[in-house]
Amino acid sequence: MADRPEEDKTGEPLLRVEGLVKHFPVKKGLLQRQVGAVKAVDGLSFDVHPGETLGIVGESGCGKSTMGRLITRLDEPTDGRIEFQGHDITHMSAGKIRPLRRDVQMIFQDPYSSLNPRHTIGTIVGAPFKLQKVEPEGGVKKEVQRLLGLVGLSPEHYNRYPHEFSGGQRQRIGIARALALSPKLVVADEPVSALDVSIQAQVVNLLDDLQDELGLTYVIIAHDLSVIRHVSDRIAVMYLGKIVELSDRKSLYERPMHPYTKALLSAVPVPDPKRRGVKSERILLKGDVPSPISPPSGCRFHTRCWKATEVCRTVEPPLIQLEPGHEAACHHPENAPDQIPDDTKVLASAREAIALVGDAVAAGADAGKASAGEPAVGEPAVSEPAVVKPAVGEPAEAPEETSEAPKGLTKE
Amino acid sequence: MALLSVDELSVTFAGQGGGRGAGSGARRDTKAVDGVSFEVEEGQVVGLVGESGCGKSVTALALMGLLPRKGVSVGGRAEFDGADLLSMGEKKIRDLRGSQLAMIFQDPLSSLNPVVPIGIQVTEILTRHRGLKGEPARKEAASLLDRVGIPDPDRRLKEYPHQLSGGMRQRALIAMAVACAPRLLIADEPTTALDVTIQAQILELLKELVDQQGTALLMITHDLGVVAGLCDQVNVLYAGRAVETAGRRELFAHPTHPYAHGLLGSIPRLDAPRGDPLRPIRGSINDKIAWADGCAFAPRCDFYTMECLTGTPELTEPRARGHQVRCVNPVLPAETSAGTAEVSS
Ligand SMILES: Nc1ncnc2c1ncn2[C@@H]1O[C@H](COP(=O)(O)OP(=O)(O)OP(=O)(O)O)[C@@H](O)[C@H]1O
Ligand SMILES: Nc1ncnc2c1ncn2[C@@H]1O[C@H](COP(=O)(O)OP(=O)(O)OP(=O)(O)O)[C@@H](O)[C@H]1O
Ligand code: SF4
Ligand SMILES: [Mg+2]
Ligand SMILES: [Mg+2]
Repeated sequence: MADRPEEDKTGEPLLRVEGLVKHFPVKKGLLQRQVGAVKAVDGLSFDVHPGETLGIVGESGCGKSTMGRLITRLDEPTDGRIEFQGHDITHMSAGKIRPLRRDVQMIFQDPYSSLNPRHTIGTIVGAPFKLQKVEPEGGVKKEVQRLLGLVGLSPEHYNRYPHEFSGGQRQRIGIARALALSPKLVVADEPVSALDVSIQAQVVNLLDDLQDELGLTYVIIAHDLSVIRHVSDRIAVMYLGKIVELSDRKSLYERPMHPYTKALLSAVPVPDPKRRGVKSERILLKGDVPSPISPPSGCRFHTRCWKATEVCRTVEPPLIQLEPGHEAACHHPENAPDQIPDDTKVLASAREAIALVGDAVAAGADAGKASAGEPAVGEPAVSEPAVVKPAVGEPAEAPEETSEAPKGLTKE
Repeated sequence: MALLSVDELSVTFAGQGGGRGAGSGARRDTKAVDGVSFEVEEGQVVGLVGESGCGKSVTALALMGLLPRKGVSVGGRAEFDGADLLSMGEKKIRDLRGSQLAMIFQDPLSSLNPVVPIGIQVTEILTRHRGLKGEPARKEAASLLDRVGIPDPDRRLKEYPHQLSGGMRQRALIAMAVACAPRLLIADEPTTALDVTIQAQILELLKELVDQQGTALLMITHDLGVVAGLCDQVNVLYAGRAVETAGRRELFAHPTHPYAHGLLGSIPRLDAPRGDPLRPIRGSINDKIAWADGCAFAPRCDFYTMECLTGTPELTEPRARGHQVRCVNPVLPAETSAGTAEVSS
């Protein structure tokens, strides 16, 4: 578009978030007294630059959607500051926020409930034009049909109602609606989760193309690490309401620093039974995600971390830059100098925190142990009994893994 | 005899003379399912995979008797334990749904009651299906949430659906389906909102249900990772018809229908070279011809010939017994190995 924002050239971020917090009160008893709070988002700071894609990953319930709803101002933050194009929009009133609605769009995680069941798709996707009083070239109907085509729906679908669509088609209706006004920032919450690989690829490529053509900026929330890797320039990893690692893509995938990121990356299943068992070993995190009502002290990950020491239990590690373009919040990062090298005695809990398992066994576990016991095609290693080896003192197979063997584990 | 045996199931949504809304035109009939056949045995996991909109959910809803009665015509047979689900009376199928059939719906939020706390929704099912009441029901409900990996289950039971994250809602639905201890469970994309760790846990739970209670599981998914791990037998659908049916290993090793072949080639993966654009199958499912006229996939197929445009291709077994393919020009060994080598390099 011709009217690209000035900010592009000056290197100013499009969106700046500082200390963002959202707590949901927990109430109890007849009087509904507040007895605590779900700390869904608990102090996030990051910038998003024009034309880039920031990917957000993290386990279910870690606060990704809440973050998305805050930065699009669909929810009111408890604390912190949000700036869009240099303007503070943290507590902007509904009236003032309307022009912003044109520039900032959200694609929702739950497609069906975000579509009004009584309106046709034509009305739904056309609504942004009506609300913002924009008349596209060639008329609304033509433009809506073009958008439907872009996301792989057919112009014939114009008069259908949401319930007449499949799950993946509804997800794409949400995408078409969000893109209608060529916004500046699109926050997409699991935009391709309901889509099969082929259409997923089509939508991902579409998002890419639009970014090239219109300079769109994306914040993409996804639990699928291979999708995130594909679309993102930078990636933020969240754990219990906090960012634990923020890095450019290449560096994150090649040299993850936070132990949590490392575990996440190693847990990705390979979609081919034959190729499983080829690669060394994978880290399986054990134990539950702690409650966001009373998150662990110090580093929130210390209850599940295999490197945790006393300092991790007591002092919260700040998110700091450990390498250009690569920030992590960890006292004992991987692939970076230890921040507290004196503290070497691992906590007792750390020894049981993970299991290093053969890839094939882990794959069996992913898949409900469907293949455990039964040898995979041409892979002798797989027929090994599915024992989960303890992490302690168990050097990993591949050289890269060995060099990264958790410090302190091999010593007592 | 298989517990569920589906034979030539078809579902057509009637078009309308003219819809509401500005400048609407007439709508054609939609043939959402166009002759689908498969079987599910007790203790077996059968996968239904295929592109968005190919008819997976509609197949499931037809089996559950949950399609609207008006404007929908359903054909074929679907026998559950010897009785035809499709011609069964409303009351009878409702009783079955309350006892032997269960389904995990694709859309978590709209299949939970927004004004009733999760706990009550789960205990209701436990009361109805297993006669549990009061404290034992509450305990069992909490243990079910725990098993689907929802932390702090006692608190969560008191919460309303909107207070749960997307992935938690999906897991609450799974807990409810498992609570029924059904003989046939249809799971429609049960793990789409879940990260790998929790997905592993859920699949484990489903597998346990299958192994220990002999539940027959019909797994609808677009996630080939899930298929690779969990399914014994896989049916690939395209435009409302099965185009390939094979055991899991056989399918991954030798995808033979050009569509299945392309599908396996378009997976984004961590071990692919960076910056590699994803390779979707070209065109979209909208570029299709009616099965009656030929192969619906022909307009997108790299292998098509004129023969593909002369009526519905038959199911054949060009490779191995039990590996059925509906294609005039199946992708046979030489091509297959070239294709997969390219994919996995
Ligand atoms: N309206 C609400 N009231 C109370 N708690 C809420 C509300 N919305 C979210 N939460 C809680 O906040 C936490 C974070 O939820 P959120 O939806 O942001 O997670 P998420 O990272 O998007 O997870 P998922 O991957 O499962 O979608 C969860 O514990 C959730 O239960
Ligand atoms: N009530 C309805 N009226 C008209 N058409 C419908 C109706 N329900 C579904 N369809 C159409 O039937 C086709 C099959 O839909 P279905 O929901 O079975 O797809 P699906 O395979 O489950 O896809 P997804 O993976 O996206 O969920 C789609 O083209 C859809 O638009
Ligand atoms: S090493 Fe310590 S600071 Fe780093 S992730 Fe583990 S517990 Fe947290
Ligand atoms: Mg979410
Ligand atoms: Mg569906």
